[in-house]
Amino acid sequence: MEIGLGHFLTVAAILFTLGIFGIFLNRRNVIVILMSIELMLLAVNINLVAFSSFLGDLTGQVFALFVLTVAAGEAAIGLAILVVYFRNRGSIAVEDISSMKG
Amino acid sequence: MTETLPNLVPAIPEIILGCGAMLLLMLGAFRTKDISEGIYSLCVLLLLVAGAVVLFIPGGTQVTFDGGFVFDEFARFMKILTMGASALAIIMSRSYFRAEKFSRFEYPILIVLATAGMMLMISAGNMMSLYMGLELQSLALYVVAAIQRDSTRATEAGLKYFVLGALASGMLLYGISLIYGFTGSMEFTEIAHAATNDHGNIGLVFGLVFLLAGLAFKVSAVPFHMWTPDVYEGAPTPVTAFFAAAPKIAAMAIFIRTMITAFPTIANDWQQIIVFISIASMVLGAFAAIGQRNIKRLMAYSSIGHMGFALVGLAAGSQAGVRGVIIYLAIYVAMTVGTFVCILAMRRSDGMVEDIDDLAGLGKNNPMMGFLLAMLLFSLAGIPPLAGFFGKFYVFLAAIEAELYTLAIIGVLASVVGAFYYLRIIKIIYFDEPAERFVPMASELRVILGVAALFIILFIVYPSPLISAAGNAASSLF
Repeated sequence: MEIGLGHFLTVAAILFTLGIFGIFLNRRNVIVILMSIELMLLAVNINLVAFSSFLGDLTGQVFALFVLTVAAGEAAIGLAILVVYFRNRGSIAVEDISSMKG
Repeated sequence: MTETLPNLVPAIPEIILGCGAMLLLMLGAFRTKDISEGIYSLCVLLLLVAGAVVLFIPGGTQVTFDGGFVFDEFARFMKILTMGASALAIIMSRSYFRAEKFSRFEYPILIVLATAGMMLMISAGNMMSLYMGLELQSLALYVVAAIQRDSTRATEAGLKYFVLGALASGMLLYGISLIYGFTGSMEFTEIAHAATNDHGNIGLVFGLVFLLAGLAFKVSAVPFHMWTPDVYEGAPTPVTAFFAAAPKIAAMAIFIRTMITAFPTIANDWQQIIVFISIASMVLGAFAAIGQRNIKRLMAYSSIGHMGFALVGLAAGSQAGVRGVIIYLAIYVAMTVGTFVCILAMRRSDGMVEDIDDLAGLGKNNPMMGFLLAMLLFSLAGIPPLAGFFGKFYVFLAAIEAELYTLAIIGVLASVVGAFYYLRIIKIIYFDEPAERFVPMASELRVILGVAALFIILFIVYPSPLISAAGNAASSLF
C-alpha cells in the first residue's frame, strides 16, 4: 500500500484532536496542557510538510520551521508563567486555578 | 539569481519599534541603578517616533517582502490607532505602578514589542506574517498579564490567558495549514484567486472555520471569550486598560484584512459564521454584565459586547461595513481609555478599589470626574448625541444596506439591554449615599480623561475628519 497525502493528513488530524482533548479532559496538572499544546503545533507541522511535498512548493516547509521556533518560545514563556504561578499558589493542579469565577 | 534587499520603507516603523525595544532592554539590563522611569518615557517616545514615520510613509498601496507585508491606507489608520492606544496605556500605567511601588523596566518594553507584533499583524499580506505577528503580540501579552509576579490573581490570569491563547493559536495554525493545502498558497491574493476557481471546496471551508476560531479568540468574540473576564479581573488595572484597547484594534484589523482580501469570493461561507458570533457576542455582552459587581469584570463583558457590534460591520462584508468597523474602533478606543482612566483613579488611602459600589456618590465627591465618567458610560451605551451612538449607527447602517435585518434588530435590542448596566453605574454615581472619597487623580490621567471625554462629547460637532479618514482606509482594501 502506498502512503499518500491522505494518510499524513489523517495522522495529523488524530494528533491534533488528541492535543485538543488533552487540554479539555485533563484534570491533573498544567504540564500536561503544555504538552498537549506542543502536540497540536507538531500536528500542524506534519500537515504543512505533507502539503508542501504534495504541492511541490517550499513555502509550507519554511512555515514549519517558523512554527517550530515559535513553539519553542511559547513553551519557554508558558513554563516561566507556570513557575511564577507555582511560587504563589504552591500547586499546579488544574482544579486549583479557579480563584476568579463568574 | 540576484539577491536584493526587499523594499524596507513600508516596514520602517516596525523596524524602529523592534530595534528600539531591544536597545532599551539592553539599557535596562546593564545599568545597575533603577532607570525604569526613564525607560517609560523612552518607550512612549519610541511609539511617537514610529507613529510619525507611519504618517509620512508615501501613500498608495505598497507590497514588500514577497507579498508578506502590505502597507495601505487601512494599515496606516489602524497602526496609528494602535500605537496611540499603546502609548496611552504606558502613560496611564505610570502613576499606578509608582503608587504600588512596583518598578519593572520590562513592562513598557514588552508593550512596545507587543505593539510591533500588532503592526505586523495589521500589515500582514500572507498567512506566515499573520501568524508571526500574532505570536509576537501574544507572547508579549502573556508576560504582561502576569507581570505582577507576586500576585496570585495576576499570575493566574497570565496562566489562563496563555493556555487558552496557545489553544487558539493552534487552531488558527491548523486552519492555515488546511487553507494552504487546499489553495496551494499562503498569500491572501492568491488564496482569493484559488478560492474563485474552486468553489465550495470542503477542505478550504474547514480551514476557514479553524482560522475564524483563532481570530475570534483574539478579538474575544463569543464562543471564544472565556478568558476575557478572568484576565481582565486578574491582571493589574493598567494592563487591563492596555488589553482592552490596542490588541483589540489589531486583532479586528487582521480579521477584516483576512476576510476581505483572502476570502472575498467565498463570502457566503464566512458571513454566516460572523453573523452568528456577532449576535452571540452582543447578547452575551449585554446579559452577562448585568450581574457583575467588579468594574473590571464588567468592562470585560462590555468589551465582548462591543466587539460583537464591531463584527456587525464586518458581517456586512461591504466597503461601508468596513468603514463602520473602523469608525467604531476609533470611538471604542477613546471610550475605553477614558473609562479605564476613571477606574485607575478609584484609589483610596488604603489602596485600589474595584467594586461598582465604591463609585457611590462620586457625583458629589468629585463632580468633574463623576460627570465625565457618566458621559463615557452614556457613550458606551450608545446614547445620542455622544460618539458611541455614531459608532453603532454606521455599523448598523451597513448591516441594513447588506439586508442583514435580523442581525441589525438583534443588535439594537442587545444595545438596549446593555444600556441597563451602564445606567445602573450612573445611578450609583449620582443617587447613592456618598462613599469615602478617592485620592486625587494624577495629572497625566486628568489630561487623558479630559481629551477622551471631549472627543466623545464633541464628536457630533465635527465628525467629518474621522469619517473621511475611515472611508479612505476602507476603500484601500477593496
